[in-house]
Amino acid sequence: MTTLPIITLLTLTPILGALVLALGGHRGERPARNIALGFGLLALLETWLLVAGFDGKSAALQFVERHAWIPSLGVEYFVAVDGLSILLVLLSALLVPFAVAVSGGIGDRPRTFYALMLLLQAGLFGTFTALNFFHWFIFWELSLVPAYFLIKLWGGPARRTAATQFFIYTFVGSVAMLLAMQAVFLATGTFDLPKLAELARSGELARGLETKLHWTGLSASALGTVLFVGVFLGFAVKVPLMPFHTWLPATYAEAPSSVTMLLTGAMSKMGVYGFLRILAPIFPGQLRDLLGPLMALAVLTIVASAFAAFAQKDLKRMLAYSSINHLGLCLLGLFAAMQPTANTAGWQTEKVAALNGVLLQMFNHGLTAAALFGFVALLERRAGGLRGLDDFGGLRKVAPVFAGLMGISLFASLGLPGLNGFIGEFLIFKGAFPLAPYAAALSTLGLLLTAIFLLTLIQRVFAGPLNERWKTFPDLTRGELLVFAPAVALMFLLGVAPQLVVRLINPTVIEAVNRLGN
Amino acid sequence: MKGIINSLWLIPALPLLAAGIIALMKRPQRKPAAALAIGSMALAFLVSCVAFVATLQPEAGKGAVQLTHNFAWFDLGGSALRLGWLLDPLTAGMLVMVTFVGSLIFIFSVGYMDHDENLTRFFGFLALFAAAMLGLLIANNLLFLFMCWELVGVASYLLIGFWFHKPSAAAAAKKAFITTRIGDLGFFLGIVWLYHETGTLLFYDNGAGCLEQGALTKLVTQTTVGGMAVSTAISLLLFCGAVGKSGQLPLHVWLPDAMEGPTPVSALIHAATMVAAGVFLVARVFPLMGAATADLGLEGHSPHTTALTVVTWVGACTAVFAALIAVAQNDIKRILAFSTVSQLGYMMLGLGVGGPAVGMFHLLTHAFFKALLFLGAGSVIHGSHHEQDIRRMGGLRKLMPITFAAYAVGMMALAGFPLVFSGFWSKDEVLHAAMIWSPSKLPFLLGLFGAVLTAFYMTRQMWFVFFAPRAESASSPGRAAHSASHHEPQGASSSPHESPRVMTLPLVILAVATVLLSLFATPVWPWFHAYLGGQLDHLQVGWSADSAAGLTMLLSVLAVALGVSASWRLYSRGKAGTDAVERLFPRLFRALQGRLYVDEFYAATVFRLNAAVAVLSDWADRFVWSSVVELAAWLAKGLAWLSRTLDESGINSGFDAGCVETRGAGGFASRLQNGQTQRYLRILGAGVVVLVVAIVWMGNN
Repeated sequence: MTTLPIITLLTLTPILGALVLALGGHRGERPARNIALGFGLLALLETWLLVAGFDGKSAALQFVERHAWIPSLGVEYFVAVDGLSILLVLLSALLVPFAVAVSGGIGDRPRTFYALMLLLQAGLFGTFTALNFFHWFIFWELSLVPAYFLIKLWGGPARRTAATQFFIYTFVGSVAMLLAMQAVFLATGTFDLPKLAELARSGELARGLETKLHWTGLSASALGTVLFVGVFLGFAVKVPLMPFHTWLPATYAEAPSSVTMLLTGAMSKMGVYGFLRILAPIFPGQLRDLLGPLMALAVLTIVASAFAAFAQKDLKRMLAYSSINHLGLCLLGLFAAMQPTANTAGWQTEKVAALNGVLLQMFNHGLTAAALFGFVALLERRAGGLRGLDDFGGLRKVAPVFAGLMGISLFASLGLPGLNGFIGEFLIFKGAFPLAPYAAALSTLGLLLTAIFLLTLIQRVFAGPLNERWKTFPDLTRGELLVFAPAVALMFLLGVAPQLVVRLINPTVIEAVNRLGN
Repeated sequence: MKGIINSLWLIPALPLLAAGIIALMKRPQRKPAAALAIGSMALAFLVSCVAFVATLQPEAGKGAVQLTHNFAWFDLGGSALRLGWLLDPLTAGMLVMVTFVGSLIFIFSVGYMDHDENLTRFFGFLALFAAAMLGLLIANNLLFLFMCWELVGVASYLLIGFWFHKPSAAAAAKKAFITTRIGDLGFFLGIVWLYHETGTLLFYDNGAGCLEQGALTKLVTQTTVGGMAVSTAISLLLFCGAVGKSGQLPLHVWLPDAMEGPTPVSALIHAATMVAAGVFLVARVFPLMGAATADLGLEGHSPHTTALTVVTWVGACTAVFAALIAVAQNDIKRILAFSTVSQLGYMMLGLGVGGPAVGMFHLLTHAFFKALLFLGAGSVIHGSHHEQDIRRMGGLRKLMPITFAAYAVGMMALAGFPLVFSGFWSKDEVLHAAMIWSPSKLPFLLGLFGAVLTAFYMTRQMWFVFFAPRAESASSPGRAAHSASHHEPQGASSSPHESPRVMTLPLVILAVATVLLSLFATPVWPWFHAYLGGQLDHLQVGWSADSAAGLTMLLSVLAVALGVSASWRLYSRGKAGTDAVERLFPRLFRALQGRLYVDEFYAATVFRLNAAVAVLSDWADRFVWSSVVELAAWLAKGLAWLSRTLDESGINSGFDAGCVETRGAGGFASRLQNGQTQRYLRILGAGVVVLVVAIVWMGNN
């Protein structure tokens, strides 16, 4: 490959930006934010080149860069994108400049704040492109560190607790995953993710566990399950799947809203990505063995989080639970696609539909949830930190554009057709209902509840008589409109023309379904 | 002529474009916004007329015209999800009705909403509403229909809650959206199920569509839970959607509350658009609903499938239930709202016992006379300064003569006055089909009883509004508040006045249409049946009905006569200011006035359950899950301590590879234990719990 190493350049761009910010001597927030925004937009431009050059008809890995790194440990520098990766790279590239543009009022060490935002982006890019577990893991953890400091240093009143909780939770999950993957390495001698998937398919991995790890005293199948659980834990915490979610509401609520945009928009997708890239391909048998309980957990996540959201009085906590609910749908689709079936074209289609739905849902939830937390950030800033469900009322009268655009985003979140959220949910259910009828039917309850609490939000915040306190509540400024209007426009665009995204992912999904077997 | 199918998308696209442009307009641009909305609707009406003409010539030997235009929307696996337009008599008839009635309602709104500061926004929402409904009508794909269906829902949400500063309006809007969404869950599952079974959601696709013979045969032969045919199960799920949207029992509760919207919105929701969508859906998927292994039905009547039987009973019960409640309402719009629920019941009954032609004809005639009644009510409300209580009106016959005449036409059509009012013929057809329905005669009797009630409550309303002596309390406090909230100019004139021409003209046109429509489905010339069935070339003038038809007609005339005379006698002789029925049956009247307490029942059961589970989930989150994690943390600490002790005491000093992991975990845990972060150790325990659970599962395998 003599072509431009575009993925490496893309990953280095935010790191370079962070360095510029760290070393630059300027003061004040505005220049720092502009620099971060500049680098964010540069990364977006590079991503655009990547997407433009991506062959959507192929399921193969593209833009591959592969160099030996630590041969004795099977470690390579191996990055590439397929339909799944490029979708999430695109999402990260869109969300970071969005979040940076929404940020504001960072009085304390603004340069560090924006540098950490860019570092977080580098972690995301790396996670979504690395295909060797070793350096994939480095980026996975790299994204955790800036997030921790962003919460701890710039968060709400209970930020320390929240940050530590966030860190420990995800770190414990990561450690469990790391140990499990080390065992996998001992059994196979490689960290190469596509290769590991291949070994898992051929049964080589199971044989390796038997011959190389017999000293553990566990049978290959028992060991397989233990390792599966280890890796599963890492991702289940990140998504999160109930009951591994208790860190999330506090973290989302305490983090600065622009950071929450990235936590929910992009970082929660790392968990689902892990399920799709690592867990399901390497441990398909174990996943199928535990499918019943896992499906039950997915349904629990969808329904219980929607109910819990209904009981929240803090807008950020409510939206946090709503995020859990949306990601629960991703896992429902994913687990449904793992359901053993006859090998017929009909069932393959349902699985492809479910997984396409999962990918669309990831992208669309990223966009919509980020926009919603962005709007809450504006609310908080205008209301001096208030963000209770009952703190407002009648705002539509004084801020019609604000109410309109946030209203559209809320309707996108509840899956209104014509906006981006609908088609992903439809495809998930199209696949999941035939594959797992009862789980899917129960999960529709989540759709109803989502409508209830989101409309309640509109009712309490924007409708009713105007709360006298907010008589002078300013509508969106021109600058804010410039930031949010493109996001809302994108919601319409993807709602009307999902092909724009589907054309990137469909071949990859077909290939994945074929590989996962029946 | 057949080329119209390629331009059919224009019909919803025109109002949609108007809505989009209006959304970008500023508040003071009132006139351009109104002109744009009305213009787009008028154009859509013209295109609809062209489409209608195209369906008038049945293709020789092939029955009704059926033109489709399908296209790929996005890739899905090896194939693609395809959408499409469809033009057949069902669509064409509805298109003409919706665009015609819609245009008139739009024009009426110019007068009615004259004083509202948000007129621009109002027309934007109206145009969106119309666009969604028109898209629903031309859909040749159940998914596309569903998408438009939801957009109709959101447009109605915006319009019902148009006066969003009123808490009651905001609540009613939410209620409408949520209640219909409950039905939509079933609808949604029905769609994905149908998609799975047939592999397509296109209705008609040269033999490969989901409503065509191949797919239907497959669906009726397969069975699912309880031995039910798959076609029945899917039909019932789809019907859930129709129950929500068309306000059938038990999801009718949103419809009366939807009166919180401005009156033109009520007219649009109750006549031409939203509620019609559910009935239209049943008519559209009728081939599926009526699909049976063998053709059980008699020639020319609907087959007696389980799905249609359910439709019949739901319709019949709703028709009577809502008519009963309407008897005891005092708000002019609420009476009409319950009458809509009741009439929708008749439509469902008609679909169930008589098939699409019967149900759809009642839908069409009802659209005209209900739009007429609502706009008439709007004119009354507008003229009497936003008074809505019929007991405080009276004597308007002389003060608002045009409104009175038009309203009387609408009232007689709704009540079913014989011969020259379309409502008579369409209701008669429903009753006739119910009479010869073999499984049971009860739906017919319910329908007949409903007809008596309809005549009764409409006469009551007419008497109070137009005939009763004018009430003294012409300046009630409630009225003043209303006027203030709607920015009515104060003190101009305290006595009611006739509305401006922009409002009365639509009334007159609708009244004429209400009468003229009665020509199209009489037993002498059953044009509409022939049109829907593609039999126009065989249509003959002449008495074509059986003896049951004559009997039905007689009974239905008697029912109307009974209702009208009883009501007129009771009310015209009653004392002013009191309700005759209330005096005779006080307890029954109060129960009916309280809408038989269905809302209260839901509030006491569903809402409370919902709230309780929400609190429970939140509580579980804060305490149960955390405690589990806490417990596991202690367990982990214990393990860590044990591990360290074992290591240190040297029992396990053989340092083999197996210990590396244990030590790693133990060391990590003990480091945490030494630090400040004890309470977070509980998380570590979560892992242990999972391991334990996993091992238990493994043991089972």
